[in-house]
Amino acid sequence: MSGLDRRWIYLAMMLAVALPILWNGVTGKTFPESPTPPSQACFDAIEALPEGSRVLVSFDYDPASEGELAPMATSFMRHLMHKRLKPVVIALWPLGPTKAEETIASVIKTDFPDRVNGKDFVNLGFQTGNEGVLKVIGTDFRKQFPVDRSGTPVDRLPIMEGITKAGDFPLVITISAGYPGGKEWVQYVSSSNPGLVLLAGVTGVQASQVYSYYPGQLRGMLAAIKGAAEYEALVSAAIDGDRVTAPKYTEARRRMAPQLFGHLLLIALIVLGNAMYFAQKRCKAVAP
Amino acid sequence: MSDAITDQAAPAQGRWWIGLFLVIAVLVAIRAGMGEGMGRVYVQTETTRYASTTNEQGRVAWSAVADGTAGAVTIERDLFRTAGQFRAAESAAPGQQAIRVSWDRTIGLWLAAFFTLAVFSFLAGDNPAYKLTESIVIGVSAGYWMVVAFWETLVPKLLANLAPDMVKAWCMPNLEGGAFNPIALIPLGLGIMLLSQLTPLGRHVGRWPLAFVIGTFAGLKMVSHVESDIIEQVRATMLPLVAFEDDGSFAAWASIRNVLIIVGVLCTLAYFVFSVEHKGAVGRAARVGVWFLMITFGSAFGFTVMGRIALLAARFEFLFIDWLWLIDPKGERAMAVVAAATQLVP
Amino acid sequence: MSRSIALLICLVGGLTMLVSPFLPMATGWANDVTDWFNILAAMAFVLGGGSLLKVQLMRLSARGPGWGYSAVTLLAFAVTLWVGLGKVGVVADPSAPMVPWSGKPDDEGSAFWWIYLYVMTPITSTLFAVLAFYVASAAFRAFRAKNLEATLLLATAFVILLGRTFAGVVLTGWLPDWASGLRLENLAVTIMDVFNTAGNRAIIIGIALGVASTGIRLLLGLDRSYLGGDA
Repeated sequence: MSGLDRRWIYLAMMLAVALPILWNGVTGKTFPESPTPPSQACFDAIEALPEGSRVLVSFDYDPASEGELAPMATSFMRHLMHKRLKPVVIALWPLGPTKAEETIASVIKTDFPDRVNGKDFVNLGFQTGNEGVLKVIGTDFRKQFPVDRSGTPVDRLPIMEGITKAGDFPLVITISAGYPGGKEWVQYVSSSNPGLVLLAGVTGVQASQVYSYYPGQLRGMLAAIKGAAEYEALVSAAIDGDRVTAPKYTEARRRMAPQLFGHLLLIALIVLGNAMYFAQKRCKAVAP
Repeated sequence: MSDAITDQAAPAQGRWWIGLFLVIAVLVAIRAGMGEGMGRVYVQTETTRYASTTNEQGRVAWSAVADGTAGAVTIERDLFRTAGQFRAAESAAPGQQAIRVSWDRTIGLWLAAFFTLAVFSFLAGDNPAYKLTESIVIGVSAGYWMVVAFWETLVPKLLANLAPDMVKAWCMPNLEGGAFNPIALIPLGLGIMLLSQLTPLGRHVGRWPLAFVIGTFAGLKMVSHVESDIIEQVRATMLPLVAFEDDGSFAAWASIRNVLIIVGVLCTLAYFVFSVEHKGAVGRAARVGVWFLMITFGSAFGFTVMGRIALLAARFEFLFIDWLWLIDPKGERAMAVVAAATQLVP
Repeated sequence: MSRSIALLICLVGGLTMLVSPFLPMATGWANDVTDWFNILAAMAFVLGGGSLLKVQLMRLSARGPGWGYSAVTLLAFAVTLWVGLGKVGVVADPSAPMVPWSGKPDDEGSAFWWIYLYVMTPITSTLFAVLAFYVASAAFRAFRAKNLEATLLLATAFVILLGRTFAGVVLTGWLPDWASGLRLENLAVTIMDVFNTAGNRAIIIGIALGVASTGIRLLLGLDRSYLGGDA
């Protein structure tokens, strides 16, 4: 067993993830989700905003992390639209604006076609500079984002009326895969704007690091795909009630089944590896 | 001796590869021949006509107008449609052309599936398909980031300040236009000096923009880290050792939690003080700090695993749903076996 | 002389950023400096592309092993640049349909968008997804509970792995309300809320102290490694 070809482990992981996906695709069943406090805090923060509030949403991820973060982006956008809030979308990652366009197309243009670009939502695109961007928008938002993605000056957009700096937004949401992302938003925006509410949707890799900022500098957090599934469940309960939720809004919950079996496999591998290790150790101790 | 072993292993490896490719090819051929087939992308052309109006300020605005409007400009774009929508259109009007197969997007989908399998093939060992895919992504990524930096930053923030009227006429018609801004020459000059690093002379010339970047970045980071990561984090650690509920009663769990956090932060910081020998009280505190660190790393590992498996699940979903058409959880092909999403708990 | 000017530029840039939170009149200067920094960051992407071109061309001309892959990289780079900078297949923006270059380069249907969706997305996503297999293999081969610390790490990992899935509910959901804190999902929350927070907070504070001291060294010119070896 100690000489076990690693390809058998790869095959086991492949089956542990693939078979639940196929099972879910055939049955359509998902596990129930009960929210943890950081996910509930995200939901409550958006629920507390009055209709018409502008919300800054930052798409700080790329296709490499969309498996975890795209469901969060979709749920956030759906929740904002349902509450008639107005997302102002920016990005700190070069592929962020394209991910934002995909989310806008799948949520706003499909399910909320009455919302007008420039008035009810806007995509201001990406700017290079990482935390330099955050530093500038802290005092002069329009200097950093002078035009939207269509080239229309921000001064002419009704949605941006009265917005001069990041602190003018009552709520900021960052959907973050790494650097720059949740941590930088805490360091450069949240800490210097005590009244601003910051929410972060982060990958599993980042969740552990960013958790220390919760709940002081970070009001709420969606940690990895589980956080996305919890938030999805909250939004679905609030919007759909007992009706069946559209499949595009259950993506994170569908991924919890492969998650479960992947985790169980990993635990089994660790236990097996340790059992073999201690057995070999005992044999060596006993052998003359 | 080792060469002999390697030589013996090589034909076995080769047979393994050929077998794997054959299995995949047969499975794909079977699937493509079954039922509705697989891996097709449908589109519909959306045609919109625009006409211009001029407001009191003399600004021209374009808006969508009805067919047949005089002087209207037509813009056509292909938008995604699902296989279910194609079937519905076909059943309503057989042979219709409104919703059709998009060959460039279908080829793209199959290419995406090839790239996905090529990267997965690295699990079995390095191979030409993986190397080809890796070479492609290196070139595409570098090009992509350059294009995005150009259109999203350099054009609106540099060129638009250097030649606003030219940029307005060329690609940003909604720009206000105006006079050349001489301050923009500073970042332009620094940028050209930075790019000179590609030339042999650039080693000296490129120092100045590099120093500018380093200095600005250092100043930026210092303020934010001190404010956010020292002051605010220390403030968040100043918790009451004895906590009370809102009604004034003693909150046991909150008190224990606060004590654990304060002790944990102090002991972990003690571990990182390497200028004092870890003996006596400091040594014991450092040991407790190590335990806290181990729990921290254990939780980080758990979350990392969670993240990786989610990404793997997303790729399998692409292969099973978008390419092989094995399942249809989103109902895009309206296959009979799909059930609506329901809860497991009775 | 060149080095002295570079050190002066570093000091002035850094001091501007340090002083601006405390002096309102310096906020405008800091914003300008940061704006230039952001533009330089965009130039750095161009530099990266140029550097890739240089290295791959050298490999191609040297005709060393694997030079064919360098040709592929260069071709992919050139095609992406051409379709992106040239906005191939991009329709005009609806706000200015008479200006053909007004559209966004990654508009649906454009060649650049096609490359993003069918080349970049699957490859980059799969490169990260493949790590799940390596995590499993590494966990089997290397994770050993050899001592108390390693056991603590593994036990915590198990609680998180089980508590963050439905397995936690199945395994410990039967515990009564007075023992609900011992349910795996609640244990996972407690671990994150208490132990992980404490450990990471100390790490964050330590890193911040390091950043501050390194920053001071850079601004004062005590650390000049970024300037290169010779004068």
